[in-house]
Amino acid sequence: MTMNDPRAGEARSRDPMLAIRQLRKVYDGSGRTVEAIRDVTFSLDEGELVCIVGPSGAGKTTLLRCIAGLLEPTSGEVMLAGKPIAGPSPGMAVVFQEYGRSLFPWMRVRQNVELPLKEKGKSPEERRRLVDESLEAVGLRDAREAYPWQLSGGMQQRVAIARAIAYEPKVLLMDEPFASVDAQTRAELEDLVRAIWVRLGVTIVFVTHDIDESVYLGERVVVLSASPTTVMQDVPIDLGSVRSQLETRADPRFGQLRGQIYALIKDAKHQV
Amino acid sequence: MKTIWGRLWTIFLVPVVLFVLWLVVSADSSNFFFPALAKILAAFRDTWLCGSGAAEIAPSLWRLAVGFLAAFAFALVAGVILGSSKVARDYTEPVFEFFRAIPPTVMIPVLLVISGIGDASKIAVISLGCVWPMLLNTIEGVRSVDSVLKDTCSVYRIHGLRRLLVLTLPAASPQIVTGMRTGLSIGIILMVISEMFASRNGIGFTIIQFQRTFAIPEMWSGILLLGIIGVVLSLLMRLFEMSVLHWYEGARERS
Ligand SMILES: Nc1ncnc2c1ncn2[C@@H]1O[C@H](COP(=O)(O)OP(=O)(O)OP(=O)(O)O)[C@@H](O)[C@H]1O
Ligand SMILES: [Mg+2]
Repeated sequence: MTMNDPRAGEARSRDPMLAIRQLRKVYDGSGRTVEAIRDVTFSLDEGELVCIVGPSGAGKTTLLRCIAGLLEPTSGEVMLAGKPIAGPSPGMAVVFQEYGRSLFPWMRVRQNVELPLKEKGKSPEERRRLVDESLEAVGLRDAREAYPWQLSGGMQQRVAIARAIAYEPKVLLMDEPFASVDAQTRAELEDLVRAIWVRLGVTIVFVTHDIDESVYLGERVVVLSASPTTVMQDVPIDLGSVRSQLETRADPRFGQLRGQIYALIKDAKHQV
Repeated sequence: MKTIWGRLWTIFLVPVVLFVLWLVVSADSSNFFFPALAKILAAFRDTWLCGSGAAEIAPSLWRLAVGFLAAFAFALVAGVILGSSKVARDYTEPVFEFFRAIPPTVMIPVLLVISGIGDASKIAVISLGCVWPMLLNTIEGVRSVDSVLKDTCSVYRIHGLRRLLVLTLPAASPQIVTGMRTGLSIGIILMVISEMFASRNGIGFTIIQFQRTFAIPEMWSGILLLGIIGVVLSLLMRLFEMSVLHWYEGARERS
């Protein structure tokens, strides 16, 4: 790391990997206007893993869709590596909450993972390598010829994750990806996200409404207020880089951080 | 899993029983209008297999094929366009509802006046009749493509032709196939009726000729032939469906 070109380091310190500045989003439709996000500003450096928590309806999905370029903000801007984004960028991948609906049921697992790579113009050999590696990384090597609907919910979400990492994004966005899998699977998938993050060094934005999950996963937790949404606090999570479901969750520091964020969110609800 | 024999038994038991029943009950029928099945079968062989009728099958099926495929091609293109654009849909929907409400058979006299007794008018009638279920189903199928899949395609920047091929058409295919099945059965009806009204060849024309000359067993044999054609076509349709929609059936069984 120390051997890096110093200028590259400078460029990074000037431009964060992802910067959200004074983002505001107002939905305006059928006579009802909703200010889903009032003013959100935060940024991520390259290789950070940041969780975003907020109460239900706080506009987390809205925020993520704006970052992904799927939704036009009312005002403010989203910058990826110093460039404002307009529309989905080749540097980002998204894992959606609805795993059952985000895989193409008419394609095999392998084809689902490969599809975005075709669009990216990768050669067949490279595609095969990326598909194999990413399915290996999520532990689904044997399922490559299966159809998504032949897999369990947890496995389907693994396929969606494999598809996202095969795409080699600079930034990986995840919107409550484990909200509808059982607790056991959820713990496994959380560890999978940590493992992928450590291995690939990809920048991850992980949205969740589960405070425990945000503390367990994140290096930082951005706490959103209830609607009209602003950033309440940006909490650094000093739990070390190696986490384990048993030990980390039993760590007294884990309890403290969790309590702190609980209190913030409770405040957020009272302010309404 | 049933054995192949078990499956054949299930498929053929009732038809065979009915057939035998018809054969036995009608064996010594003296009713002029309901002749013995044996007579009908003999007429079937003499007319359609080795007689003059054999040459009448091809023109009918040809017109059906052209009419159906032309309608399908139009429905697919127009359906994808209209299904993707809410504005276009809002403008065209009332007109479609109107046209769909007109029974296609009433167009036969109109088209005869315009384009005469040739193939074109009959093909037009067939197309006009079977285009609506195909068009409306395609629109509906394209319109209701899952929003999460659309977002997924947008995120991975899959646009244009590839999006059409990997997302829109497969996602709409169950609905499109449903429209094709309905369209085909309407097409068969119109094929026969248009020939009965005005034609110099075809199965429908031949059946009417038999009826006018009181060749009753031959007339019945024509009806039998239409039944068989209907079954074969729907079987072909089913095979097509199984090859295009195997994923759909599998996914549906799971849930
Ligand atoms: N397409 C839309 N049109 C109008 N209003 C919308 C739309 N999408 C979301 N909203 C509104 O914006 C607000 C925030 O919604 P959003 O889905 O972003 O919240 P969320 O934090 O993701 O909630 P949850 O935790 O339940 O997923 C809600 O009040 C919602 O009603
Ligand atoms: Mg949400």
